[in-house]
Amino acid sequence: MAETAEASEAAGRAEPRGRVVEGLRAYRLIAAMWIRSTMAYRTSFVLTTFGNFAMTALDFVAILLMFSRVDALGGWSLGEVALLYGLSGISFGLADLAIGSMDRLGRRVRDGTLDTLLVRPAPMLAQVAADRFALRRLGRVTQGLLVLGYALVVVDVDWTVAKLLLMPVMLLGGAGIFAAVFVAAGAFQFVAQDASEVANAFTYGGMTMLQYPPTVFALDLVRGVTFVVPLAFVNWLPACFVLDRPYPLDLPGWVAFAPPLVAVACGALAGLAWRAGLRSYRSTGS
Amino acid sequence: MGGSGTMAGADTAGPGAAAFIELDGVEKVFDVRKKTGFLKRERRRVRAVDGLSFTVARGEMVGYIGPNGAGKSTTIKMLTGILTPSGGRLRVAGIDPSRERTRLAQRIGVVFGQRTTLWWDLPLIDSYRLMHRMYRIPDVRYRENLERCVELLQLGELLDVPVRQLSLGQRMRGDIAAALLHDPDVLYLDEPTIGLDVVSKAKVRGFLRDLNAERGTTVLLTTHDLQDIEQLCSRVMVIDHGRLVYDGPLAGLHEAGESERTLVVDLERELPPIEAPEPARVMRVEGPRQWLAFPASASAAGLVARIAAEYPLVDLSVREPDIESVIARMYAERTSA
Repeated sequence: MAETAEASEAAGRAEPRGRVVEGLRAYRLIAAMWIRSTMAYRTSFVLTTFGNFAMTALDFVAILLMFSRVDALGGWSLGEVALLYGLSGISFGLADLAIGSMDRLGRRVRDGTLDTLLVRPAPMLAQVAADRFALRRLGRVTQGLLVLGYALVVVDVDWTVAKLLLMPVMLLGGAGIFAAVFVAAGAFQFVAQDASEVANAFTYGGMTMLQYPPTVFALDLVRGVTFVVPLAFVNWLPACFVLDRPYPLDLPGWVAFAPPLVAVACGALAGLAWRAGLRSYRSTGS
Repeated sequence: MGGSGTMAGADTAGPGAAAFIELDGVEKVFDVRKKTGFLKRERRRVRAVDGLSFTVARGEMVGYIGPNGAGKSTTIKMLTGILTPSGGRLRVAGIDPSRERTRLAQRIGVVFGQRTTLWWDLPLIDSYRLMHRMYRIPDVRYRENLERCVELLQLGELLDVPVRQLSLGQRMRGDIAAALLHDPDVLYLDEPTIGLDVVSKAKVRGFLRDLNAERGTTVLLTTHDLQDIEQLCSRVMVIDHGRLVYDGPLAGLHEAGESERTLVVDLERELPPIEAPEPARVMRVEGPRQWLAFPASASAAGLVARIAAEYPLVDLSVREPDIESVIARMYAERTSA
């Protein structure tokens, strides 16, 4: 008895790092399988990727149409809004590419197929995240990159080393923040299986919101996406720094560089929420 | 490196080498919330599994039966680490399933009759390839096991077919193969023959019997089809209301259920009902044929000798009781008690 207790304790201690490594490995294996299967039908892949690209591009057409009537939106020019749009699109696109399948979790809980993942020797989060890994989601990332490129050409930025460095940092940080929101939304679906629409309000809704300047939204909403669901760190705050614009809510200057920290903090919280959700599922089975 | 880890795991079966699956007072209590109004909810505690204790030795093949909602699936879910027990002690191969789910996963194979563990939209072989890597199955073992399963379960032509296009019987065979590629020590089957036609059922049963005989794989199966149990299991456990109500050989169920066998006799001519010795009695008379019921635990020999001596006997046959009715009676008794 004492022996087994000790052994399982040791296993428990060794677990955290092992779990991450195991999770990444499982993720890679599953994603690779889906990529291989996608590549078996290349034409279909090219068409769906283009479709994904074209559909997301329509968003930007809407913005262009608006600017055919006005010269500025909330005091931001077309180029500046394009910068926000591109940054938001790329960050979201990367997160969506990596773990966009999370929103299927509720359905899996309902139809019971989640159980089949629990009998496999791999962490649940990795299995759910990699499920139906779809390279076609690169369409959105490509579109975001094109719009960002356009923005960088037309906007007159006074480039400094800090601003140059900030570009990749905020893209990755932003992707991390969106990924955390995806995980948290997934965790929520353990308890509320029909909540994928609520989750979409935060993921897709958040992304759409970030395509417009903070100055067009009510202050309370801006506060909400800064302090509650910190999406403002994805592009608003860093973009203000790059464009030498005043920060919303009179925030201090360093917040522009906070995205990676915010992403880590959100990731940790989302991880805890996920564990709680999974624990609740395993104790109730529904 | 992964391979050696698995092997070491198999060698050190731990304290449960004799009792491979061990349950001691295992409980599972659910809080069921029922909507009774717009926002009102009624909470009710349901004991799905209520102090369940049993052990299964390595290499045993056990049938686990009970009516719907008796706690069968809940038990299987706890044994596979899907569900965390509310109380009691549970070990499979010395591992606590709920605490070390992924380590246990390497040692067990699971087949859910109603849903597949395969990747629905991908060809069968893709699922197998992924399992090969995910379970870190040594290449040689993987190839051998796959070949064997493909041959015995006749999967050859199905490997490149997406799982969603398979028939139920084909998919079930595909699922069984998937559960066995990593040489599990124990195989759980939840309704493995549900919805299958007679031929598919026979194939699945034959395969499981060979697997158990040749590999010594411990098999625990839940089923509604008593023929599965009759043909496969030397031991049967009956669960009702979360408790074990019978654990023993299939034959013993008859005694436990106080069932009766039927003796059918054909006489030379139509006669009044045979005056049989207690407790045998005539149930039905139809022309020269008469049906007599007697306890399943009693021998038919004495009764037959007596009738042959006193009546003009032409032919006779003994009918075993229908197990389904035996079990149905068992449930009914418990419910009324």
